[in-house]
Amino acid sequence: MADIHLPVTLPSLYADLPRRLDVDASTVDEAITRLDQQWPGLRDRLCEPGPALRRHINVYVDRERAGLDTAIDARSRVDVIAAISGG
Amino acid sequence: MSTKMVLLVGTRKGCFILESDQDRSDWKIRGPYCDGWPIYNTTYDEAGGTIYASAASEWHGAGVWRSADLGETWDLSSEGLSYSDDGELKLSKVAGLTAAHGRLLAGAEAAGVFESTDGGANWTLLSTLDGLNGRDDWNNPANQPPGHLGIPAIVPHPDDRDRYFAIVQGFGAFETTDNGGSWMPRNSGLRADWPREYDDVGFCVHKLVMSPDRSRMYQQNHCGMHRSDDGGQSWTEITDGLPSDFGFAAAAHPHDRDSFYVIPLDPAHSRCMPDGHASVWRTSDAGSTWRRLDKGLPTQNAHLGVLREGMDIDALDTPGLYFGTSTGQVFVSADEGESWDEVASYLPGIASVQVLQVA
Repeated sequence: MADIHLPVTLPSLYADLPRRLDVDASTVDEAITRLDQQWPGLRDRLCEPGPALRRHINVYVDRERAGLDTAIDARSRVDVIAAISGG
Repeated sequence: MSTKMVLLVGTRKGCFILESDQDRSDWKIRGPYCDGWPIYNTTYDEAGGTIYASAASEWHGAGVWRSADLGETWDLSSEGLSYSDDGELKLSKVAGLTAAHGRLLAGAEAAGVFESTDGGANWTLLSTLDGLNGRDDWNNPANQPPGHLGIPAIVPHPDDRDRYFAIVQGFGAFETTDNGGSWMPRNSGLRADWPREYDDVGFCVHKLVMSPDRSRMYQQNHCGMHRSDDGGQSWTEITDGLPSDFGFAAAAHPHDRDSFYVIPLDPAHSRCMPDGHASVWRTSDAGSTWRRLDKGLPTQNAHLGVLREGMDIDALDTPGLYFGTSTGQVFVSADEGESWDEVASYLPGIASVQVLQVA
């Protein structure tokens, strides 16, 4: 399962959402869908209509900048970053 | 009946709550709440006892926070707070927020009005003000200032659920009497110091307030302070006697239709109180004359700004007046503005202040 790392701004919004968790998915988009199934509303915190990642949400798969359609597998590390956005 | 006064203070870094008894002299501060998200406005559903706060995070989008226990616990929902995937409009924030007639109304950026009938859990788009003169212009990003709010305020009618005003930032006030099915511009008689494409649209309404008899309204505009005696259908400028024709915040006296409060600001870059002299101004004769209220306020080197939702007034027999500054101070008057106390000094920049009277 992919190793997902979430930004510090997310866990406080949902009961029992950890910073780091394992998700079984084949794309970034599918991983976010899986998270949203367990923590309803989480998708809206990361994505906007389109769908697309929000402007200041950056995702990296194995240290490479990724999009919603980027493939992931059981060995992937997925970092979701709340990008620098003002003071 | 013992009454507690609760002040909801929306800031750039979350919502704070100040509490006092009816004397309004000793205030305790709690917060920050809402996870430190930027708060644009608050509202209170008295029937359900629930606080709501409109918010937008640069990272995680827009939503409405709610608390059913006066701020002890909060949750966030944005379910339904979005436009269609066709890309014509994109929702960046929720600004205007009001609870009335058993439901919530929210004003969004880009400009649209949303409704929730289940206590803020789910939202439905009511209107994007289609077909109005100026709509293409206010939805054009090239015309929007930094921090564009879209619809920063919705003003409900106390007696009619389907009737309310929406302010479209930089373009004017619009009234619906059929719950957003159609809209009428309510800008007749207003002044604008710039060219306009349409007679009835293109006026920069900052704040709209209703006096107790409904037909008397006041507004703080980018260009002057104005009064209406016909429920907003026409406006008369009442700026004479004030140190500036610019400001954001305004409050109508809850028991006296002729009394109205404003906080004039320097209209240029500073947008602070003129000459570093903090003051609230009151008219008691519907705008014929104005009086400066500054007892207890800092009168030197006080370069304070107050935003459009930054002032409120309570409805006690001797009403209390409240304002919060864009540099984090909160001032309270328990005597209709005659004297003031600074009750918070170091909050984040304040966008909104709302007072509640809670049993």
